[in-house]
Amino acid sequence: MGTSPDFSSASTHFHDRVYAADDTTPTVQATSKNGTSDSMTGNRGKDASKRAGDTRPATSSSAGTTGDHDEEEEQRPPLPPRPSLLQADLPSAPSASTMRPALQAKPTTAISSVDIQTLSFPDGTRGTFSTPASRTVSEAVSISAISGGQSTPSRKGRNGSDIDDATSLMSYAPTLRANGDLASLLDEGLSSQSPAWKLLSTQAETVNPFEKVDYEDLSLVDFDHEFDEIEAVDQKGGNEEELLLQWKSKLKHYLILSSAGKPIYSRHGDQNLINGYIGIIQTIISFFQGSKDPLMGFTAGKTRFVVSTDGPLYFVAISRIGESDAQLRSQLEALYMQILSTLTLPTLTHLFTNRPNTDLRRPLEGTETLLSSLADTFTKGSPSALLSALECLKIRKSQRHVINNTLLKARTEKLLYGLIVAGGRLVSVVRPKRHSLHPSDLQLIFNMLFEAGSVKAGGGENWIPVCLPGFNNRGYLYMYVSFLSAFDDGGDLDERPSTAHSTSREDEIAILLISADKESFFELKQMRDDLVKQLEKNGSMEIIKTAVRQGRPSATDIVPGTQLKHFLYKSRANVQFTMPSFSPHFSNLLARRRLMTLYHNLHASTHAKHSHLKVLHCVSRDSISLAWTTPVFEFYCVAGPNASRAGLAQGANKVIQWVKREEERVFIIGGAVF
Amino acid sequence: MAARGPAGTRGGSTRFAQFKLVLLGESAVGKSSLVLRFVKDQFDDFRESTIGAAFLTQTISLDDNTTVKFEIWDTAGQERYKSLAPMYYRNANCAVVVYDITQASSLDKAKQWVKELQRQANENIIIALAGNKLDLVASHPDKRAIQTADAEAYAREAGLLFFETSAKTSENVRELFTSIAKKLPLDQAGPRNPRAGGRGGVELRSEAPGTNANGGPCGC
Repeated sequence: MGTSPDFSSASTHFHDRVYAADDTTPTVQATSKNGTSDSMTGNRGKDASKRAGDTRPATSSSAGTTGDHDEEEEQRPPLPPRPSLLQADLPSAPSASTMRPALQAKPTTAISSVDIQTLSFPDGTRGTFSTPASRTVSEAVSISAISGGQSTPSRKGRNGSDIDDATSLMSYAPTLRANGDLASLLDEGLSSQSPAWKLLSTQAETVNPFEKVDYEDLSLVDFDHEFDEIEAVDQKGGNEEELLLQWKSKLKHYLILSSAGKPIYSRHGDQNLINGYIGIIQTIISFFQGSKDPLMGFTAGKTRFVVSTDGPLYFVAISRIGESDAQLRSQLEALYMQILSTLTLPTLTHLFTNRPNTDLRRPLEGTETLLSSLADTFTKGSPSALLSALECLKIRKSQRHVINNTLLKARTEKLLYGLIVAGGRLVSVVRPKRHSLHPSDLQLIFNMLFEAGSVKAGGGENWIPVCLPGFNNRGYLYMYVSFLSAFDDGGDLDERPSTAHSTSREDEIAILLISADKESFFELKQMRDDLVKQLEKNGSMEIIKTAVRQGRPSATDIVPGTQLKHFLYKSRANVQFTMPSFSPHFSNLLARRRLMTLYHNLHASTHAKHSHLKVLHCVSRDSISLAWTTPVFEFYCVAGPNASRAGLAQGANKVIQWVKREEERVFIIGGAVF
Repeated sequence: MAARGPAGTRGGSTRFAQFKLVLLGESAVGKSSLVLRFVKDQFDDFRESTIGAAFLTQTISLDDNTTVKFEIWDTAGQERYKSLAPMYYRNANCAVVVYDITQASSLDKAKQWVKELQRQANENIIIALAGNKLDLVASHPDKRAIQTADAEAYAREAGLLFFETSAKTSENVRELFTSIAKKLPLDQAGPRNPRAGGRGGVELRSEAPGTNANGGPCGC
């Protein structure tokens, strides 16, 4: 996405800064190298290639809506015509100008040194930029914000930034278009930030993001019912019409079918209800498949369809909540990984080579809940899935060191990977020198243990054959799992850990011991007993439980007085992320989805192919937000609509300084290796 | 602790024995529900399928001075886990083969399991046949697909213990496990102190499957 010409100076500044950031990378990489040959870094390239768009063949031209330029993977709707002085790499798109001809002359993207006054780089250096008059004001604001807690930025500050807003900001509203369509981003945003609106909104006290219901935005109106089950069609089919209405009201669907057209999985609706649709979608996909021009996706009204083909399987995501194609595609990829995790690739291939007409539902029987919980995680919005990164439990470096060593000491011969996980957050991991753990594999495991109820509800210890496709998609590993509750105090070791009465997934501490030997259950069980005993003895168990009970800190715990309400920070080298607690502002399902939609939009914009966007500042009626990517990290944050840009930028800087300071607490660097 | 084979003790006036039990049967017949009722006295109407296998223990008192500890393998019923089953029944002292009295096909599957156990498992294995979901036919007698008499006749012929159970109402669940315990050879091992652990004369772990691993188990 290009900057509009008026801001070329700003963007030059910006490039200077990017190079500065680049300079810092060697140091950072060096540190990770002289650590334990950190093979988690190896995922980086993989991740990047995944993000850069699937490397699958024949993605070039899509049968979708628009023309045939190269970045069609992203399915960007046509851009409005622009003055000819725009950079050549912008696709010259036809039509659609009729939509909003008036917008041509308006400013476009966000990049401007005005947005961020001071940038601190992870190595501690700082870049400062000459900024307009609002600078002093912004500092004043931030000081008052620190002293006065949640104070509103002064009117003066607002007025000062008005000018900047009018000239340099891309206003940005969460949109239903399939992805970062510039024109559509602009329309609502601009009008919502009209001077009159601003004047009005500054009258209000500090407003939290998404606090006001946006009555024009009906996209999530039924979100509360999104996860309600649809009943089965009764025998006479009398309730079919009503069920179809329910089915159609879902904002998100996932369908899996075989290339022969057999239904395999649908998140909503039973087979009788959806069979017709499966037939239609199979016909459409096969039509394009036949003409050697595979269908990647298409849009119908406000609904985006994304298709992905993996061997004999078709995966379809149908979304009305505005994720980008790349994001939907990675969700479909995760569903495929779940299927591989159940069957392994050779088995899957074998089934369909022998009988192309195979009904895969039978071999997958019992794993529908795993697919559904994965799908629901995406629909609810998962930072971990969005960033393809893991979250760790924050504990002191020395404490983690003790836990790592305890794990290493308890290790038995048959152990491949050993993990301690608390509520989906990694506490410690031991692994062989040559093998790393893939975030996609851990996503599957965490989904099984913490999202789907089946393993936990069993109330015992578990021995689970599982294929981890990132590790090896050709065979099974065997996973010993037992749970402890963070609220169980004192350890009666004879009492087998049970979870049937447990409260929520956040409180569950799981011990996972993975082996390639299917007979090693009792060996690993013994290891688990020794490990837990040792952890109890050296106090580590109490540390873990306390950390779990404390939960994530809130944004204001991290940066006192900040206007930031939430943020995501991903360390690229470690493939890990950290974030504050969702509560109090985003604790309910809908608020959390809105937040995640915003993050998805920011992520999509900064990850769009050929977008060299490093800093993106967005203003909408219900929030302001910032995305910032460097070779070291990706950072996204959000504040209420009345927060000042300066406050947002300052908060961002403070958080990044905090992460830098706490790096070895919030992330596992290297982990324990044997 | 590693699993133990039959081990009886008679320390003073009390006896303590530990046995391995495996549950087998078609998917969705209620194996996990039976175990959960037996071990935790809980029932959940909407249980998800077991993934892999779960390992639980429960101790029951047969009389004032006899205590039996079951180490239970609750296996998943899906076809794709079938090849793992020998691992779980190989050293089992007893097995519960479960079917669903409202599903005719589930008894056929149960018969296959019984056959496999009688052929492949420990030759002294005690097998109980359990027809689960008795609560369903209590309210709707027409839901019954397998007559009690038919299943009973089969069980007698094959030498199995037989119960119709309901994990939901807990009917016959405890009876099922108790009668298995009563049939097990409590006196097989010599008298020992239950707390003696490995210090006693008998190596408790001799039959643990974990230690068999190196010795070349069936390569299925």
